[in-house]
Amino acid sequence: MSQQPSDQPDPTRRGALGVAAAAVAGVAIAPGIHLIEVAQARPAGEPASKSVRWGMLIDASRCESGCDACVSACNRENALNSAVEPRQKPQWIRKITLHEVKTDRKVNLPMMCQHCAEPPCVDVCPTGASFKRADGLVLVDRHLCIGCRYCMMACPYKARSFVHEPLTAQNPAVPRGKGCVESCTMCVHRIDQGGTPACVEACAREGHAAILFGDLNDPNSAIARKVHDVATTQVRADLRLDPGVRYQGL
Amino acid sequence: MIGMTSAGKRAGRLAVLMIGLGLVAAVLPASAGSGRTPQPQVDAARGGACVLPPEQMRRQHMDLLKHQRKVTVHEGVRGAPASLVGCIDCHASRSNDSVLGSSQNFCQGCHSYAAVKLDCFECHNPRTGQTAASAAASAASAGAKP
Repeated sequence: MSQQPSDQPDPTRRGALGVAAAAVAGVAIAPGIHLIEVAQARPAGEPASKSVRWGMLIDASRCESGCDACVSACNRENALNSAVEPRQKPQWIRKITLHEVKTDRKVNLPMMCQHCAEPPCVDVCPTGASFKRADGLVLVDRHLCIGCRYCMMACPYKARSFVHEPLTAQNPAVPRGKGCVESCTMCVHRIDQGGTPACVEACAREGHAAILFGDLNDPNSAIARKVHDVATTQVRADLRLDPGVRYQGL
Repeated sequence: MIGMTSAGKRAGRLAVLMIGLGLVAAVLPASAGSGRTPQPQVDAARGGACVLPPEQMRRQHMDLLKHQRKVTVHEGVRGAPASLVGCIDCHASRSNDSVLGSSQNFCQGCHSYAAVKLDCFECHNPRTGQTAASAAASAASAGAKP
């Protein structure tokens, strides 16, 4: 019975992969060069620095069809549970499939707020609620947001959602409420503690490691070296928004 | 004519003084005062030393929080003493782990007494001891209800 082939992943094997991934995380390739950078937490009380630009490099060739580990990890981390109808549900990250009709090539990728250097959502916000932090993260200050949804119209990536219902049981680190627009924060509450975004961790745990997170401004970071070495794509590069999220293998 | 005006002024000053005293009594609920004034019975939970003396906290907590929210949201400064999470950690009632729920709970009790709208908790979680996982679990069970 236990030898029956199954579509379900073997939980013990998955656990072992997780341990292996965790073990790899700190491996040094050469002195001073690490395979995965362990982000350093800023000392408490210090503001985000302009010398940092947080970014992600998503390798679409490693993003598996049918896997939604990043989406469910995001929903869990930010407590994005909702009872409204599906098309109104807040969605900070989604999986999409690109299908090239002529060649029948299909490629999967996660799509979320691209944390643009020139964010159109910030340009159109009438109250200053939509803003770009010093370290490049594009966020919404819900204290100022009036829920006009101009930013949702302006975003070419359809990355923003509106909260239609009263909420309870938020993650204490991620306050959310009715009447505000919201989007991916790159798990800013984790970054500020020196952590990595939940989707990045979940993808690595699944063994795909399709998302590389780090400081684009630090020439020694894994992401900066990778962006230097391989051809990467900005989605809608024609808009010249300089997104902090880049893709390879599209 | 002159006498009437000065009498009127005196009466006006007295009225202003009385209104002023009334306001002070209303916003200083814990000032040990006359037995005739009803006082809110709030559970201060852990109590102890706050970030400022209680008299200052009663008048300034909203300013401290408003300042802190700007610094935290826009600049990313975390772990400051005057944070809303800090308030909740100390003042959540031991009976329901929350600063809301009844007129005994710390935030709700005083705000309903002073008739000041409290909208922090339309977005912030009023409970202590919550993690991302436990919040997600309780949100899921709340969402499952029709």
